[in-house]
Amino acid sequence: MKKLALFLLLSLLAAPVRLAAQRIKGSDTVLPLSQALAEMFMQSRPQATVTVTGGGSGVGISALMDGTTDLAMASRRIKFGEKMKMKQSHHTPCEFVVAYDALAVIVHPSNPVKRLTREQLEGIFRGKITNWKQVGGEDAKIIVYSRETSSGTYEFFKESVLRNKNYMSGVLSMPATGAIIQSVSQTRGAIGYVGLAYLNPMVKALAVSYDGGRHYVAPSVKSAMSGRYPVVRPLYYYYDKANEARVRPFLRFIDTKVARAKTLDLGFIPR
Amino acid sequence: MKKWIDRLARRVFTVSGFVTSAVILLIIGFLFSEAAGLFRQPIVEEGYVLALNKSNTVDRLSAEEIKLLFDEDITNWRDVGGADMPVRVFRLEDLDRLYTEEELGAEYEHAGDKIAEQVRADRGIIAFVPTVLVEGRTDIHLVPDHTIPVKDVLLGTEWYPTATPSPIFGMVPLLAGTLWVSFFAILIALPFGLAVSIYMAEVAPPGVSRVLKPVIELLGGIPSVVYGFFGLAVIVPLLQQTFRLPVGESGLAGSIVLALMALPTIITVSEDAMRNCPRTMREASLALGATRWQTIYKVVVPYSISGITSGVVLGIGRAIGETMAVLMVTGNAAVIPTSILDPLRTIPATIAAELGEAPAGGAHYQALFLLGVILFFITLIINSCVELVSARNKTKR
Repeated sequence: MKKLALFLLLSLLAAPVRLAAQRIKGSDTVLPLSQALAEMFMQSRPQATVTVTGGGSGVGISALMDGTTDLAMASRRIKFGEKMKMKQSHHTPCEFVVAYDALAVIVHPSNPVKRLTREQLEGIFRGKITNWKQVGGEDAKIIVYSRETSSGTYEFFKESVLRNKNYMSGVLSMPATGAIIQSVSQTRGAIGYVGLAYLNPMVKALAVSYDGGRHYVAPSVKSAMSGRYPVVRPLYYYYDKANEARVRPFLRFIDTKVARAKTLDLGFIPR
Repeated sequence: MKKWIDRLARRVFTVSGFVTSAVILLIIGFLFSEAAGLFRQPIVEEGYVLALNKSNTVDRLSAEEIKLLFDEDITNWRDVGGADMPVRVFRLEDLDRLYTEEELGAEYEHAGDKIAEQVRADRGIIAFVPTVLVEGRTDIHLVPDHTIPVKDVLLGTEWYPTATPSPIFGMVPLLAGTLWVSFFAILIALPFGLAVSIYMAEVAPPGVSRVLKPVIELLGGIPSVVYGFFGLAVIVPLLQQTFRLPVGESGLAGSIVLALMALPTIITVSEDAMRNCPRTMREASLALGATRWQTIYKVVVPYSISGITSGVVLGIGRAIGETMAVLMVTGNAAVIPTSILDPLRTIPATIAAELGEAPAGGAHYQALFLLGVILFFITLIINSCVELVSARNKTKR
């Protein structure tokens, strides 16, 4: 009897803590944003605890299936196979867009080329166009930089710009965005892609056209927010429908003014 | 009492010896068992299948052909042994574009029918779809899957580990890159290392070598990431300007960084070996009228050759297994290098860069373990060579 009472007491004590505690896991792209938002959230609600861990989009979603996380961060949409798997174990994944991330195509500052169409970019990254002359530049070999195959940015660029086709085998893959900026800034014929937040004067961003050259749009937070800049990807949170009540306060917090300002501050585009 | 301590010490040593060997064997076993799984994986991503129109007779597609088909580089079925008709590629995402959500059903229960509808309508279609949606259908032709052939992996020249529907794990470019960059690293490090160690052991006044030795040993203590960043920020632009290269990230940059990293090992080990050359031999040589230089290359170096070889091999070992520095300066392009000024990709860099996101137990993960096995064999061969060389030298003496 005493044991039961103790148990009840303990669970009563634990219940409010459990309700407020949230675990967020997944993509490393979304990680800095989630961390910043979680910190602000905890400051505004002292009783809440949010723990944020990285590991990659795939890791986050499989943690959601196991129930070891409440929110899964993903820089890509949930895959069909993953969705099926969740459905089979009677969970319904719900999607929530946290923010948008724009990718900018960058070249060396001395490069006279200012704009490219998607088709030209596809040709360059697939190795069909190998000289800047072919796209209106000077007579120089194009050096293509890309991210490592494990990165979500690599996948998104492949999906959006290359229309799911493969990069050529000779692309130089760099382990981090910083390395791409460094290399592009010191290589005259270089081309690469980075998140909008990483743009700096060491490199030049190109205007991109997705309609065959009729409209070129330069990457900026403004053009990305208005929806005119085409190379934009949503960043997602996934949660289990049964768990909605628990994650709702945090998701609602993301829509507040301070959270949106912070999102913008970190170089992401608020939802 | 003393006897007990003696006995205890012996036990402890025996146990630790056995435990270490067992752990090493377990690690090797783990490496091999993970790697062997690769050849049991289907070539198309697990859980998916390639569906063709019923009239299409193509029955076997290699990973290479699948990639070319989906990249729209092969546009006619004739090129892969089929009838003369154009190829149309169909992915699951296309389904969302062609049909509304209601048509597909909330749980995608009608998706299978819609896929079949598309496949029936176009004779040249190739659809990459989840197996569960089209299983057991007779109105479409599913390409029977086969396991990844050993030949395609060990002799393949393309490395596309995340290509969908069919990843390609050709390991030749990575192996070539590793050997190429290590070979040049040793070519650079060997003369410098030998020169410095001869200078320190034979020529330098004691005061100089007392200062030089700790400095060189300090070089060995610098973390490899620091070498990598140094390479990217200093060596790469330098090479680019000197050789007027379009791109500075190259095998040569990697070789120079690796040579720098291997130098301390080569120098310290071979210097110690030369210092061990008995004074009497040196004096005998000088007494016979040989000059200092003749003494060095006729007496001291041959005497300490086995020590020098082990120093060199330890240096090679470091070069081949080095990850971080190479990852930052070689450009990591998975192509077979034709010159040392080309970008290349090494095995350790590949493992380091890709293992983090490769799903555990998948084909990509196992391919990376197989690369580990290859690396293990390379080091094993090198180590056995050393054993051979030093054994031969001992019998000669």
